[in-house]
Amino acid sequence: MGRYVARRLLQMIPVFLGSTLLVFCMMYALPGDPVRALAGEQTVDPAQIAALKKDLGLDLPLWHQYWNYLVNLFQGDFGTQIASGRPVAEIISEAFPITIRLALFAFTFVVVAGISIGIFAGLKADTLRDRGLLILTLLLISVPSFVLGLVAQSFFAHQLGWVDPNVSDAAPWGELILPATVLASLSLAYVARLTRTSVAENLRSDYMRTAVAKGLPKRRIIGVHLMRNSLIPVVTFLGTDLGALLGGAVVTEGIFNVKGVGYTVFGALKSREGSTVVGIVTLIVVIYLVASLLVDLLYAVLDPRIRYA
Amino acid sequence: MRGAKSAKWVAGAIVVALSATACGGSDGGGDTGSTGKDKSKPAGYISMDLTEPQKPLNPGDTNESQGAYVIRSVFTQLLTFDEAGKIVYTNAESVKSDDSKTWTVKLKKGWKFHNGEAVTAESYVNAWNWYAAAKNKVQNAPWFSDIKGFKSVNPGEGKTATSEKMEGLKVVDETTFTIELEKPVPYFEYKIGYSTFAPLPKVFYNDPKGFAQKPIGNGPYIFEKWDHKKLIQVKANPDYQGPNKAKNKGIQFKNYSTVEAAYQDLLSGKLDIIRQVGPKDLPKYHQDLGDRVVDKEFAGVQTLVPAFYSKTFKGIDPKVIQGLSMAINRDQITKTVLNNTRTPLKGFTPKGVEGYQELDTDVFTFNPTKAKQLVKDNGGVPGNKMWIQYNADGGHKEWVTAVCESIRNATGVDCIGDPKPDFQTDLEARDADKVKSAYRGGWIADYPLNVNFLRELYDSNAESNNGRFKDKAVDEAFRKGDNAKTLEESIKLYQDAEKMLVEKMPAIPLWQYRTNGGHSKEVANVDLDFHGEYVLTDVTTK
Repeated sequence: MGRYVARRLLQMIPVFLGSTLLVFCMMYALPGDPVRALAGEQTVDPAQIAALKKDLGLDLPLWHQYWNYLVNLFQGDFGTQIASGRPVAEIISEAFPITIRLALFAFTFVVVAGISIGIFAGLKADTLRDRGLLILTLLLISVPSFVLGLVAQSFFAHQLGWVDPNVSDAAPWGELILPATVLASLSLAYVARLTRTSVAENLRSDYMRTAVAKGLPKRRIIGVHLMRNSLIPVVTFLGTDLGALLGGAVVTEGIFNVKGVGYTVFGALKSREGSTVVGIVTLIVVIYLVASLLVDLLYAVLDPRIRYA
Repeated sequence: MRGAKSAKWVAGAIVVALSATACGGSDGGGDTGSTGKDKSKPAGYISMDLTEPQKPLNPGDTNESQGAYVIRSVFTQLLTFDEAGKIVYTNAESVKSDDSKTWTVKLKKGWKFHNGEAVTAESYVNAWNWYAAAKNKVQNAPWFSDIKGFKSVNPGEGKTATSEKMEGLKVVDETTFTIELEKPVPYFEYKIGYSTFAPLPKVFYNDPKGFAQKPIGNGPYIFEKWDHKKLIQVKANPDYQGPNKAKNKGIQFKNYSTVEAAYQDLLSGKLDIIRQVGPKDLPKYHQDLGDRVVDKEFAGVQTLVPAFYSKTFKGIDPKVIQGLSMAINRDQITKTVLNNTRTPLKGFTPKGVEGYQELDTDVFTFNPTKAKQLVKDNGGVPGNKMWIQYNADGGHKEWVTAVCESIRNATGVDCIGDPKPDFQTDLEARDADKVKSAYRGGWIADYPLNVNFLRELYDSNAESNNGRFKDKAVDEAFRKGDNAKTLEESIKLYQDAEKMLVEKMPAIPLWQYRTNGGHSKEVANVDLDFHGEYVLTDVTTK
């Protein structure tokens, strides 16, 4: 097991290098010059633009720029923003905390509510209760998140006045309830559906019948025998979903004025801040890799038949 | 037991992976705690939405309106402009010239920077030399190119500077300095109202980079703090002596991720002033805000600029362009598609600048019959097809489509929008002379004078003349205006040049911008200046 984890961690290194290279090339290929664009429609001085590019190393060929980036990265330097001149590490450390909090909030909500709804529906499959919950999840899946976000904002903030429409800069947990719920709604519906199907299927399996025949208490049958086996597809989904949530949600963050990762990447992409985009995307890639490793390890926790060597 | 053992490995993997990428706990808490205190603003302060300034706050390096708001609050230049575009002296006692070539500036006595240092002639001269020097690589250096000796500090690409100081700037005494220009510029006084002509205290030169994070100026407000991407806060300067002394206790510039989010906060009373209501809320903002709406035109124009090197417009008869201009139903488009966010233009110069005139022409009035006739009789558009290039990230698609529709219906010329994904790509095509036939031009006044809308755009040597319009007679008319003895005469000559442009059609003027903003119940006296920016010093709290 230990060797397996070590191997997986080592495998992350080439993936990490490959993804930074890819993102770097994509940024390089985008049309538009970030230094030139600073002047907008006003008078530009070509000499000054050339000098600024030289300072930033943007006049070098692609491979050289990438090499410099990697060398700096391994010294813990994420680079500097072109326009603001601020270190990218600072930008990242401002954007991630709020996104992490929002993502964890949403994730907890997804896990707790999604699995509960799924089990609740799955235990009595094809009853009225199950159909009703299916329709509810279908609704959540089919409504785009920006519609849900705007409707929730105008209803809870303006009509009822329960919450503030925007998340303030301090972002206390209370203000995150609404955006986290909106952000969670889609995943919640998926998780509920996955759990429901899995539970309904496993209820009919042989080991369940055996457990009931043995006269085990109901709590143990459902809590241990049924749950453990039913959660494998759900955990697979949750793993990638956590990555997606931490990667930031541009739309939801925009609606509720959350200045997190999604907002920062989008802004950086628009102003062609290469080092910022590469830095953040790289971190997101790492988050995905770690999440998928966790999922694989959790399989073994859930199903003793799966072993890693 | 098996499960428990695996779980241990899960935890181990998390620790290793997170520490390897160094995104561990250190980022987590610190940032959120520090901003917790200033959730509510101090009493007597006003708040306005403002996105993060593009660059650090150096007066020589700020040329966009976000940063300019802060620069104008913290720094005071020699002069500024009133609502009608007339000059108002602030730090200057007088700015005089007999020949428009040598200008004598007298400063008001007793002015101080926020750190107590006196504002002297040297504060200006040294600062201007610093901004102009090529080695400091600031954006606004070209603004100083009128001054004699600019070439010696900023000689252009590939050459090295021969001096650190422009010979045209001379300190006479503590509060007097002279500016000698390369050649006479009758309207130079207008140019020095631009925010980059600010003085700098001595501490600046020790650490220009650090200074730009925490600027010390001579303006109506004292810089307090800059919480990047969240908030910039300034407080009123109690010792300020200028005519634009702050009538409130300070300003919070608050950053919102979208204009819609800012509008939400305005409605719920958490924001005092909004600069621009987003397209989503425009149809209902009058109803939401009532008499708290701020809706006024300002000196910024939108034009359709033909690329005179393109297949469509190379060697075209200006009468055809006149025809295209008459094919555009400006009144209807501004009312419907643009939701009254623009006012139709009737010339090349917008209302609100010195030298604005009513032109005696019907070229800018919708007249489909005459439009069709003009286009047809003068050779038409090659291929009977044209494109309008625009950036798709700026909300231009709707009106470009409407303008095309209008042109197509009136003249039969097939007009198609040519979207570029964003502003950068749009600019790149313009700079490289790769515009298919015409592009969306935009220009906001740097100083409120007709010259700014004529010479800087249509002179054949102008940097911003991206349509590459070249016409000897027009250049000559501009030269005449530049050589005028007085400002009045110069304005007059440029007015004549504008009349000539109607016959030459270097661009098709469409409309001028309006500010569609609003304010909360907590503040009063909210008004705009000539380029559509709020006069924040005048705003009072209730």
